[in-house]
Amino acid sequence: MKEGFRSKLRRSFLLVLRSKKACIGAVMLLLIFSAALFSEQLMPYDPTKVVAKELLAEPSAEHWFGTDNFGRDLFSRILAGARISVGIPLLVVAISLCVGIPLGLLAGFYGGKVDSIIVGVTNCLLCFPWILTTLALATIMGGGTDVVLIALGIGFAPELTRLVRSITLSIREREYVDAAVVAGEKKSSVLFRYILPNTIAPVVIQATLIMSKAVLEEAAISYLGYGVQPPHASWGLLLSDYSNYIWKHPLMCVIPGLAIMLLVLAINFFGDGLRDMLDPRYKGKVNKQ
Amino acid sequence: MNEQQLLSGKNERILEVSNLKTCFVQGKKTVWAVNGVSFYLKRGEMLGIVGESGSGKSVTARSILRIVKSPGKIMDGEVIYEGVDLLKVPQRKMKKYRGNHLAMVFQEPLSALNPSFTIGWQIEESYKLHEKQSSHKKRRRQVIEMLERVRIPDPERRAREYPHQFSGGMRQRALIATALACRPAVLFADEPTTALDVTVQADIMDLLGELQRDMNLSVVLISHNLNLVAQRCERIIVMYAGTIVETAGSAELLNHTCHPYTIGLLNSIPDIDSEARLVAIPGDIADLTDEPEGCAFAPRCGKAMDICRKCRPQMRTVGQEHTCACHLY
Repeated sequence: MKEGFRSKLRRSFLLVLRSKKACIGAVMLLLIFSAALFSEQLMPYDPTKVVAKELLAEPSAEHWFGTDNFGRDLFSRILAGARISVGIPLLVVAISLCVGIPLGLLAGFYGGKVDSIIVGVTNCLLCFPWILTTLALATIMGGGTDVVLIALGIGFAPELTRLVRSITLSIREREYVDAAVVAGEKKSSVLFRYILPNTIAPVVIQATLIMSKAVLEEAAISYLGYGVQPPHASWGLLLSDYSNYIWKHPLMCVIPGLAIMLLVLAINFFGDGLRDMLDPRYKGKVNKQ
Repeated sequence: MNEQQLLSGKNERILEVSNLKTCFVQGKKTVWAVNGVSFYLKRGEMLGIVGESGSGKSVTARSILRIVKSPGKIMDGEVIYEGVDLLKVPQRKMKKYRGNHLAMVFQEPLSALNPSFTIGWQIEESYKLHEKQSSHKKRRRQVIEMLERVRIPDPERRAREYPHQFSGGMRQRALIATALACRPAVLFADEPTTALDVTVQADIMDLLGELQRDMNLSVVLISHNLNLVAQRCERIIVMYAGTIVETAGSAELLNHTCHPYTIGLLNSIPDIDSEARLVAIPGDIADLTDEPEGCAFAPRCGKAMDICRKCRPQMRTVGQEHTCACHLY
């Protein structure tokens, strides 16, 4: 029976809390997201301000993570980088979901020519190594966040399209889809009420995987110097900037690296929990634990 | 309903199928899964269709509802329902007939229920489709009533549960509830009890029979279990290799079995009192790729004659409401 949306939401929330892993992931994500959102308020110093007296300072009460080779406060720079390092992956996931779900559903459900065209295009896009696409785009457009977004979008949207298409193909043949047709459902409601909800669980898992991969790949692109341009900061860029100091001042490299790792870890933990929540078969098991 | 109404209603033919042909094309091969099937269904009757796996029972039902999966294709025939030939209705208008006129109960109750939604939601969805104006509250009441009707205990709680939380028998009951929610006139039950164990089978069949009487449903019961069908149905159709080989009333069929295939089927039902070994029909079901010249059953038939291999037998009347396609008669 239809229950209120609010009670459903509350039940789902409780389910996430019940899984320890998801709980840890959620708390970590919440911290990182709020740090990114309120970075300007939280920054103790201007992240771009050069202080010649305090080059490469060790961590202290004044500078929690120390300072970098220009005397800039590392803690402030990490906070400034959070916005891009969290925002870009979120946008990439949004792009891949917006492109991948409709195209995958269309290809899988209607088959025939639509399917051939969509599969052909996705296969072509998947042929390019993403790093080459990025380099080519960067050469044409010059570096920057938009290059990273487009490059990663091209990289991940086809992947999701293929996933959604394959799930749709398998669900289309299930008996409950026949049963819906026999009951007199319209084609569109078969697609949106019988096929789409059953693709959600794998898509969510894939989305969290894409998100964590996007964090790493944004870092990689920025590391190569094609992404975010200095003096703006992203964790990947910080890692690249400070890599010359890895022997003398390892902490400068370790901290941005650790930040990337924690973000990826948090996303993966939360993704696992979300999967359990979305699969109705799993609900019983959680209840019994 | 008084006796006379019942009698007059009984003779009305609600569904008439003639010369239905469905084939599956794969490359150069064409498999004739249903090859010229003709039968009728009376209002309020339970009709059984019996045959081995691959004899075309399910494809017949799917052809009538026009849900044959590609590469299957309906090639020829007529399905007359309320004066309309369903095979000529455009596919997008078929949804007018599906659900509230013709409904179907599938074999595998777990895979026939949407795992992402509660049982109550799915039954409500059926109501929503056919009574667009009704309120959520009214539908909710109807759902509970329907669940009670198919004898699901504690319906209010069960309506909020998901298909995987139901046992096999309960799932089949829920599936029947979703099919009956639109109040169809004809229900196709495609092996509704095959996935269940014997005691639950009997319960489900009792339930189907009861609902059929109460709602004046016409039921087409598809099964490979001749025993079960003979107990429950008024008339029986025996199919072999996409064609009907024998039709008769249940008692007539059991007492005056004509077709060697039906005799074979009856012999292969185990008898608890008999010490004799079970008699199986030798050979495998016919390859339907090329249409055989003679009788499709001839290669497996103990009584096959020369004519059987050359000429396809026609349906002949051999008794009261009893027809059989065999050269012996």
